[in-house]
Amino acid sequence: MKITFPILAVLTALLLGYGLYQALVVAPTEQTMGDVQRIFYYHVPSAWAAGLLFFVNFIASIVYLWRRNSKADAVALAAAEVGVIFCTIVLVTGPIWARPVWGIWWTWDLRLTLTLVLWLIFVSYLVLRRFSSSGQTPVIAAVLSIFGTLDIPLVYFSIWFFRTQHPQPVMGNGGSIDPRMLHAFFVNLIAFTCLGVLICWARYRVEILHRQLEETQALESLLEARGSR
Amino acid sequence: MSSTGITRATLVKDLQLEWRSKDAINSMLFFSLLVVVIFSFSFDPTAEESRRIAGGLVWVAFLFAAVVALNQTWARELRNQVLDAYRVSPAPANSLFLAKAIGNFIFVAVLEALMTPLFIVFYNLRAIGPAYQLLLVAVLGTWALVVNGTFFAAMSLRTRSREIMLPLLLFPISIPALLAMVEATRSILTGEFSAKFWIVLLVAYDVVFTMASLFLFELVLHAE
Repeated sequence: MKITFPILAVLTALLLGYGLYQALVVAPTEQTMGDVQRIFYYHVPSAWAAGLLFFVNFIASIVYLWRRNSKADAVALAAAEVGVIFCTIVLVTGPIWARPVWGIWWTWDLRLTLTLVLWLIFVSYLVLRRFSSSGQTPVIAAVLSIFGTLDIPLVYFSIWFFRTQHPQPVMGNGGSIDPRMLHAFFVNLIAFTCLGVLICWARYRVEILHRQLEETQALESLLEARGSR
Repeated sequence: MSSTGITRATLVKDLQLEWRSKDAINSMLFFSLLVVVIFSFSFDPTAEESRRIAGGLVWVAFLFAAVVALNQTWARELRNQVLDAYRVSPAPANSLFLAKAIGNFIFVAVLEALMTPLFIVFYNLRAIGPAYQLLLVAVLGTWALVVNGTFFAAMSLRTRSREIMLPLLLFPISIPALLAMVEATRSILTGEFSAKFWIVLLVAYDVVFTMASLFLFELVLHAE
């Protein structure tokens, strides 16, 4: 752990730097959208990282309910927090791209709405964790995570049907993609995966240390109370 | 006592309590009346427009009003440690949950039955599509709201400021159900397209979350 973490950190930094160079310098400018298309090299990897972390949250929640392992709960918390951050990046970079290309900041398109609902569900997860008293938080939060995951296919189908009845902006998918673009994209995809894992790991360590500290403090105050008697 | 017996006993107790105090139903009724009046002022729709927006208005009003009933479902049991007594009793957790969910369903259904005529009067509503489907949508939609609402109300018992917590948990998860109810109602009122998909979606939502609630409620009740 003590060696792996710095190695991963250095690797992530290198990949992010290389990915930035690839995305801004090497990859050619997209013909119709122009330079704003380069936001894709960050937008899509962030969405991927968010999805991955939400999935980790779901798995960790199930593991917690099954084994009652407090480490699994710490993983779930860390993954949800970092996932919400990446999801926020997706929701911010999306409109920045959409405004010049589609001419609108926001549309109730399938992917956009699904991301927004996912974000709402996980923000409510974090709010629940913040507001509940310590002993019961892990169980309740894990249950909510399962409910949220069950909800995703229903959200998907409802919006899919809702939107098919209305006109929607067309995503530019035609034509071939320059291999340099794909290269920049995949480098950033890997870099963001590493970044997500890295931050989540750091947050997990902080959470574990925080819990240890709380336990120690509680123990100390108990001993003190005993000593003063 | 069998588990259906426990469900029935709890349900009857809740209904009796509500019948004597009428706390939940009165506040729900007045609240949704206010929503009807305020929406009517702020949109001032024609008959054609109101057919298009009524689905949204009706269900948002019922959703907000339902939160009032849902919030006091479990809060009532906190006094005199009734819930703790329930936890140590051998009665199955699910029969308690079902009793509460059915109770809430009855409260919200009564509210809907009383408020729907008002909506029809205020918004000049007349269904162009098959109106009997509205009943189906109402039953499925109400169950979708109360089953998750009852469950999340039990979860938010364990939090600070639980009255605010319930809508924060309930609304994001209920988005597909709400969308289905609103769209189904609108398609029936306007008669422009079939409500079949939305009714199927509501059935799926009800089945999925009823199962999930029954499966996980014991964990939530005994979470310590």
